[in-house]
Amino acid sequence: MNNILVANEVTKRFGQHTALKNVSLEIPKHSIYGLLGPNGAGKTTLIRIINQIIFPDQGTVFFDGKQLKPHHIAMIGYLPEERGLYKSMKVGEQALYLAQLKGLSKKEAKERLKYWFDRLDIGDWWNKKIQELSKGMAQKIQFIVTVLHQPKLLIFDEPFSGFDPINANVIKDEILELRNAGASIIFSTHRMESVEELCEHIALIHESEKLLDGKLSDIKKAYKNNVFEVGLEVAEGDALLMELRDKFQIKTANFDALEKQLDFKVQLPSNDSRGVLAYLSERANVNQFVETIPSANEIFIRTVQEKDANK
Amino acid sequence: MQINKLLLIIKREYLAKVRNKSFVVMTFLSPILMVAMVVLIAYLTKLNDNEKRIIAVLNESDYFSQDFLSTESTGYVHFRDIDLTTAKDSTDNLGYYGLLHIPDASGLEQVAENSVFYSKESASTSVLDNIEYVFQERLRQRQLQNFGLSSEEFAQMDDRFEINTSTYAGEHNLKGINELKAAIGGAFGYLIMMFIIIYGGFVMRSVIEEKTSRIIEVIISSVKPFQLMLGKIIGTALAGVTQFGIWIVSAGILMLVALTIFDIDPAVLGTKADLTAGMVGNMPQIPQGQETLELYIKEFLNLPIVTLLVFFLIYFILGYLIYSSIYAAIGAAVDNETDTQQFIFPIILPLMLAIYVGFFSVFSNPHGPIAVGFSLFPLTSPIVMLMRLPNGIGEGGVPIWQLVTSIVLLIITFIGIVWLAAKIYRIGILMYGKKPSYKELFKWLKY
Repeated sequence: MNNILVANEVTKRFGQHTALKNVSLEIPKHSIYGLLGPNGAGKTTLIRIINQIIFPDQGTVFFDGKQLKPHHIAMIGYLPEERGLYKSMKVGEQALYLAQLKGLSKKEAKERLKYWFDRLDIGDWWNKKIQELSKGMAQKIQFIVTVLHQPKLLIFDEPFSGFDPINANVIKDEILELRNAGASIIFSTHRMESVEELCEHIALIHESEKLLDGKLSDIKKAYKNNVFEVGLEVAEGDALLMELRDKFQIKTANFDALEKQLDFKVQLPSNDSRGVLAYLSERANVNQFVETIPSANEIFIRTVQEKDANK
Repeated sequence: MQINKLLLIIKREYLAKVRNKSFVVMTFLSPILMVAMVVLIAYLTKLNDNEKRIIAVLNESDYFSQDFLSTESTGYVHFRDIDLTTAKDSTDNLGYYGLLHIPDASGLEQVAENSVFYSKESASTSVLDNIEYVFQERLRQRQLQNFGLSSEEFAQMDDRFEINTSTYAGEHNLKGINELKAAIGGAFGYLIMMFIIIYGGFVMRSVIEEKTSRIIEVIISSVKPFQLMLGKIIGTALAGVTQFGIWIVSAGILMLVALTIFDIDPAVLGTKADLTAGMVGNMPQIPQGQETLELYIKEFLNLPIVTLLVFFLIYFILGYLIYSSIYAAIGAAVDNETDTQQFIFPIILPLMLAIYVGFFSVFSNPHGPIAVGFSLFPLTSPIVMLMRLPNGIGEGGVPIWQLVTSIVLLIITFIGIVWLAAKIYRIGILMYGKKPSYKELFKWLKY
């Protein structure tokens, strides 16, 4: 069994509104899975179903090969997007309470909290009340509480919101560390640059339906459109460009006469670049030839727009 | 495992409530304030009573020579052989409260007719009442003597009469005991109502706090929403029981201490003292006779205390659970406390109704149709039934079928309401930014 979580044709309705429509997902073990989608797409509904906060109308969810049951919540750690802590409760007491709710004994919880408080530099906050802390500090504590019971599956919904760049980096490293230690992670976000950085797999949900999913590198390959960025060192750039325009589909182009540098993008009919490369190297010194790979952001926008256009 | 979590939640809710500053202040300050108030009132009343009014009497007639005798609160000074003007002057000079002038005339009626009370300011009604009473009695006596009654016969006629009441079994019982019983039941009912309103409100605010602080989703990813709701309701109730316990004990002790220090007779306080102990109700006037008092005590001891306490607990627990789960659902449905008003009124309505029906209808007829109806209706029965119960169960008291029906209805309602409230709660805690209407809540029930 290589998947920590499998969702099978999951559907959820709220009155007239369908929040999820036949969504199937396979979330592999020991990897970071990006759950992407615009606001209101149904991501939070799916996450809540995984956490058994709500239950699907149709479809089943399997956790580590077995049907999802209440006892599984001890093996899941969830950091919701809408998160907070009891304002008037002390940090240590609160963390202990939440850890015990996840099934840890008091002693165990205390030891692990000490470890994490040291690790994230928050040792002397134990007796402070949450209302005395800054937002970033409170977020750190929420992160600790989420991972404290060493769950097999971690779900982070917009984990970096509320962090300054330095602390966001700290948290990002911790997430990678947890992945390396064997946890499987679902990562829901709008921030595409962090998706590129962290996720090996993604799924895109839009208007209650899954539009695409799979390995990020495979998806990128599939979304490549055979556009190459070319840089040439050539004296007569304008003349060459004229010639090229006749033979190839040239998109944006720019010739710098002083530097004798011609940059352009070319659209090829297929992934085979050997022809054009041979043609170019006969006429000029090629100093750049790169296939443009769509960013996760581009894929996201393109998929959503295509879907909307098809309606 | 699940029970452990429930206990954890109860503990947290209890501690969160008990450690709350305003709770601590309320708990320890209230009895002091209340006792201080009672002592102040008693002290002032005593002061007031201590001021003895002195009234000068200038009696020129042949009547009333024996009638104006000094009492604890009013003293009479009799002027003799001076004229009215001098009497007025000396009354004023001596600082007396007023002057009663009874002129000489041909008959009692004339004398009474022409009597005048002079005072610096307009006279207080209590003083006038006393004087008027004396005149009235004399006039009445005279009238009856005119009809041929002797003084002895008149005295006999004035004897108080109290009817003896008895049950069919021949056991003597007391007039006013029904009111006393209803008052005890009423005290229990009132206690339940106060508890529901105060601690139901706490449950509601606690839910709103979890919602606005956004911790709710973290918690319900660990425990079921129903567990959280139940834990909250129980934890808050325990905090409430603690508070009531502290109030009763400390108010009792403080009262004792205060009374000793200020040397106030507890009897002066009468009903006020009962107020502090959470007992409210119109206690019937304690009759003067020693024998009657003993009868009351006997009757009081005859009250089905154990039955009362057992059913108090049953109705208290069920009633509180029903209402507090509604409060929890309201808290879950709204984003802030100002939105709760439209939902709270319909909850308080049956409670108020129960209290009023109890005080007006059950007091006068504990087994009338209104009393029976409201003691069966589940939203009012915890209060109204308790007012009926001091009469006992079975013959002469609440028929067993009514008691059973009432409790069964209450349990069915309890299950139904908690189920509905839990549904609204489950949906509501995850809804933000929606101002809920009844229509919206109804839709949630179908999710």
